[in-house]
Amino acid sequence: MSSTEPSPVRDLPMAGNAPAPAAETSSGEPNPIRDAIAEAIEQHAVILFMKGTPEAPACGFSARTVAILEALDTPFAAVDILPDPRIREELSAISNWPTIPQLFANGELIGGCDIVSEMYESGELAEALS
Amino acid sequence: MPSPEDIKQRIEASITGAHAEVEDTTGGGDHFRATVTAPAFEGRSRIEQHRLVYDVFGAEIGGAIHALSLKTQTPLKTPTP
Repeated sequence: MSSTEPSPVRDLPMAGNAPAPAAETSSGEPNPIRDAIAEAIEQHAVILFMKGTPEAPACGFSARTVAILEALDTPFAAVDILPDPRIREELSAISNWPTIPQLFANGELIGGCDIVSEMYESGELAEALS
Repeated sequence: MPSPEDIKQRIEASITGAHAEVEDTTGGGDHFRATVTAPAFEGRSRIEQHRLVYDVFGAEIGGAIHALSLKTQTPLKTPTP
């Protein structure tokens, strides 16, 4: 997921005959929002993308997920996706997950509110977050 | 606006052997809760199971369907009579 070095994706059309280079969807296109999200996921052991903030959640599903993390006494980073619709678009593109909230631990998607709740009730969540 | 029955039928039509129970949690036609039982879930993680269901609706999730709360299970867990 990390782009550690400039990869040689920009094949110059030396012998090129392709008229449609599809530049907009190319992976070489700079995408600062996506990069920032990917970096945040990598850098925080536990990170929650939510609507609103832990202090003032803007959606019941986000609120419930925060409450579970707090019940487990798990330190977590939180990102409010509401200020810019592109955050949600890029997050979902990275995670292949359509809904909010999204909880990540150790760089992996744990799930949304349903899965987090199920794992909390079964006791699996504490282990996944450690 | 989709009804719980629409949601149920689309899940069952798209995932082989699936049985879905769907309720409209707010009565507003945009928040749903579904319990889906399907053999296709076997051997898959919860995340993969939920993705299979979300994929039925694509961009409608977060759009016309504001929320689709899921519980997924395999038929093995259903007690046989």
